[in-house]
Amino acid sequence: MAQTKREVLIDPLVDNNPIALQILGICSALAVTTKLETALMMCMALTVVTALSNASISLIRNHIPSSIRIIVQMTIIASLVIVVDQFLRAFAFETAKELSVFVGLIITNCIVMGRAEAFAMKNPPGISFIDGLGNGLGYSVILIVVAVVRELFGSGSLMGYEIFTLTSNGGSYVSNGMLLLPPSAFFIIGLMIWGLRTWKPAQKEDPDFQIHQVHRTEVL
Amino acid sequence: MPELTLGSTLSGYAFLILGTVLVDNFVLVRFLGLCPFMGVSKKLEGATGMALATSFVLTLSAICSYLVNSYLLAPLGLEYLRTISFILVIAVVVQFTEMVVRKTSPLLYRVLGIYLPLITTNCAVLGVALLNVQEQNSFIESALYGFGASVGFSLVLILFAAIRERLEVADVPGPFKGPAIALITAGLMSLAFMGFAGLGGA
Repeated sequence: MAQTKREVLIDPLVDNNPIALQILGICSALAVTTKLETALMMCMALTVVTALSNASISLIRNHIPSSIRIIVQMTIIASLVIVVDQFLRAFAFETAKELSVFVGLIITNCIVMGRAEAFAMKNPPGISFIDGLGNGLGYSVILIVVAVVRELFGSGSLMGYEIFTLTSNGGSYVSNGMLLLPPSAFFIIGLMIWGLRTWKPAQKEDPDFQIHQVHRTEVL
Repeated sequence: MPELTLGSTLSGYAFLILGTVLVDNFVLVRFLGLCPFMGVSKKLEGATGMALATSFVLTLSAICSYLVNSYLLAPLGLEYLRTISFILVIAVVVQFTEMVVRKTSPLLYRVLGIYLPLITTNCAVLGVALLNVQEQNSFIESALYGFGASVGFSLVLILFAAIRERLEVADVPGPFKGPAIALITAGLMSLAFMGFAGLGGA
């Protein structure tokens, strides 16, 4: 193991963030962030699924035939997602309803699949669990920041509590309705990536190339 | 919809397609299928291949998952197994498409082959299947919904790839290069698509 456990856990938070650097799993990052509450719920669901799927895939990694490994991974992830989905429906039905299909879509979240394929297939369960946890948290960091910006400035509240009193309620804050609409999510994440790359210039080294390599499109 | 005449049903279907393609665009408004949207939109050629492959799989899997849901899961009371069965259906459809394409047209396989495995993890495909159930669409509605979603996805992907090819040569500030400016562009496109919001009384 080249990396220590601490590095595996901390690295995805800023230095190797799954959303900001690898641009994975942004579908849900954009869709559930109009409210902080739904975003937090989504973060927890994703972190749990990533950590557990990494651990379980890593446990059986030596027994998975490589030709059908994607299907095996998906089955494991899908089972975990069903458990999480049922759990949320049982204990937080209202929020689960707002998340609509996005809990189910954790299955196709590239972060979960990506970590299973890139890390869990090659490493023992313990460290894989930590890697899953770290990546889940890295995803959460971005989601929480985006959700805070969108809910605070879009509707003047956080977690449903009023922070700025809106003009419609006799206060002085004019809410920025644009932040609740889909385009703003793209802008915020775009600006965050810009900020992050200005802060850590190492991340901006030719990211285009990296994406191409993964998708093997350049061969053609 | 028992009382509707054939004409109004047809126009209902037309609005359903129009709605999914433009008003409720899967990529820009619903945020589904963003990974391939960002990942394979560097070149127009690749984007076209991806769009074609995804359209085919999306429509087919929308139909298949509707059938699985209403004839297998619902009668047996196994609705909670929906996600896992849908993802397996999609994986099978993708595998099947890959085999058929490889046998029938090596040229097409060379163009689309590398995109096919990626489609399994495209959240738009699973999203359409799940949304069809959530909105209780009928068989034809499900198929059209899948078709509309795939047309919308293809349209946006190809448009975006064309813009990105130009962005590639534009003089963008260093930290903005790559995904940052791409996301801003996507945001602007999403703004533009909001202009369709009043269309068709949706």
